[in-house]
Amino acid sequence: MNEPALSATNISKAFRAVQALDNVSLSLHHGTVTALLGDNGAGKSTFVKCLAGVYQPDGGTIAIEGTEHRISSPQNARDLGVETVHQALAVIDTLDVTENLFLNREITRGGSLGNRLGILHKRRMRADSEATLARLDIRIPSLRHELGSLSGGQRQAVAIGRAVAWGQKIVLLDEPAAALGVEQTQRVLDLITNLRNDGVAVLLITHNMDRVTAVCDQAVVLYQGRKTAEVAVNDITKDDLVAFITGTRKTI
Amino acid sequence: MTRSTSRLPSALKERLAQQRQEGGLRQYVVYLAFVLILITFSVLLQDDGFLTSSNLLNIGRQSAPIAVMAVGMTFALGAGEIDLSVGSTVALSSLVAADLVGDYGFAVGALGAILVAMLIGLLNGLITVKVRIPSFLVTLGTLGIVSGIARNWNNLQSLPIRNDTFTGLFGAGSLGPVSSLLIWTALIGTLGHLTLHQLRWGRHILATGADRDAANAVGINTVRVRLSALMVSATAAGFAGVLLAGRLAIGRHDLGQNDLLTVIAAVVIGGTSLFGGRASVTGAVTGAVIMAMLNNGLILMGLEVADQMIARGVIIIVAVALSMREQRES
Repeated sequence: MNEPALSATNISKAFRAVQALDNVSLSLHHGTVTALLGDNGAGKSTFVKCLAGVYQPDGGTIAIEGTEHRISSPQNARDLGVETVHQALAVIDTLDVTENLFLNREITRGGSLGNRLGILHKRRMRADSEATLARLDIRIPSLRHELGSLSGGQRQAVAIGRAVAWGQKIVLLDEPAAALGVEQTQRVLDLITNLRNDGVAVLLITHNMDRVTAVCDQAVVLYQGRKTAEVAVNDITKDDLVAFITGTRKTI
Repeated sequence: MTRSTSRLPSALKERLAQQRQEGGLRQYVVYLAFVLILITFSVLLQDDGFLTSSNLLNIGRQSAPIAVMAVGMTFALGAGEIDLSVGSTVALSSLVAADLVGDYGFAVGALGAILVAMLIGLLNGLITVKVRIPSFLVTLGTLGIVSGIARNWNNLQSLPIRNDTFTGLFGAGSLGPVSSLLIWTALIGTLGHLTLHQLRWGRHILATGADRDAANAVGINTVRVRLSALMVSATAAGFAGVLLAGRLAIGRHDLGQNDLLTVIAAVVIGGTSLFGGRASVTGAVTGAVIMAMLNNGLILMGLEVADQMIARGVIIIVAVALSMREQRES
């Protein structure tokens, strides 16, 4: 197989006496959706926060496109091409779709002076937004709609679109379809499939087995801070995955 | 040609429907209110000289300092903060200007006053973001502190300004038929509008005001944004102090001290949310003109100062009630 987009090796993280992560290793590949599974408190969120630069792991290494990096902050992660979509969505309800897609990544006009002043290039941002949404097949009634007036699924889609709009090749999604209706969930799953076809490496954190079988290629299970399984989704039954998650099985 | 005109009504309807989705028609209510109040007073006060050019000019001149303060307050509210110290900042900067103009000329007077105001804003901002006290409480504190300093500045006495350049430039003078006060207001309003809606900074202010956690999550430096918004508010108040000093040719401890409610009313009826994230500079300036127009109309109707205060209070409550309803709807 070609070089992993992201490869985390022996990641450990403790909070006082609690060993939240114990030597967890995992690789994400381009064009592959990897599920990160585990019960509450298994260490999924801690692991994602280590990759996203929110936490500094106590031990272990993270390599992106083959180069080792210390991810010092969320911005640093973003600069390295790792984008996270959190459960609590980072979208602004009073800004419209384009404004959200380009928030803190605004395109400016007027050369270097315009860039220093931050003169917004609204027309270009709108055109780029249209192109991005079309590429990902995200359907929004109008780019001028404020996020607050959109449905949960559309808001989620904008948040994910924001994550990949700038050619970010590694995307971490934390329960992206939580609290969504059936049709909206399907839309988000379709979007994840589009990302995969686009060559993005996706890590999908979820509780929902149906989502794993629907869109994921690989599954990694954490149990009490340790990795207990790493399998191709096609090679394992749903029941076996559940057994790993609940801890009744601990080895393949 | 005919084709485009026949398409117009449906296009307009579509645009209106879209507008409703994009944040409501409420942002236009202030302009409608402006026209309605203008017409009402024009009819009711026909014989009292409301619609004379000298009275309209008077309204414009009176609204100028309020409008400048309102532009600044729009930034503070937009960022999810509030600045209650603008009135006392006006007073202190008028005294600073009056003091400096005599010895160092008009430029040092104006710039010195604005610099002092900026320092007040810096203090407000630093305490708010570093000590993590809500700006509501911080500026309530500095309101008292700055008022006290202003009262002590010249033992409650007013300081006369005898500098024709200063008074001409910042109040009494005019460019052709247009009062310099109106030119300054238009200038500040345009600058504020462009900053808020055409610059990255403005967008980050609104994002921070709407949802500070989300703004942080996308990497916006919300600490810097909030600090800067409170500095804009204070700086604008300082300039309003210069304009008041110029118009009245004095610096005095009570200038602007009663304007806080008027400024907040102007900004909120202009469509800016008291809870951050939504802001309109043109609305705030229009709101300031509405407040001056009401003030003027109520005086011509023979209302006392006390009645005006009551009217202003009612207007604020109604405006805030509308703004709350909008918040709950979205």
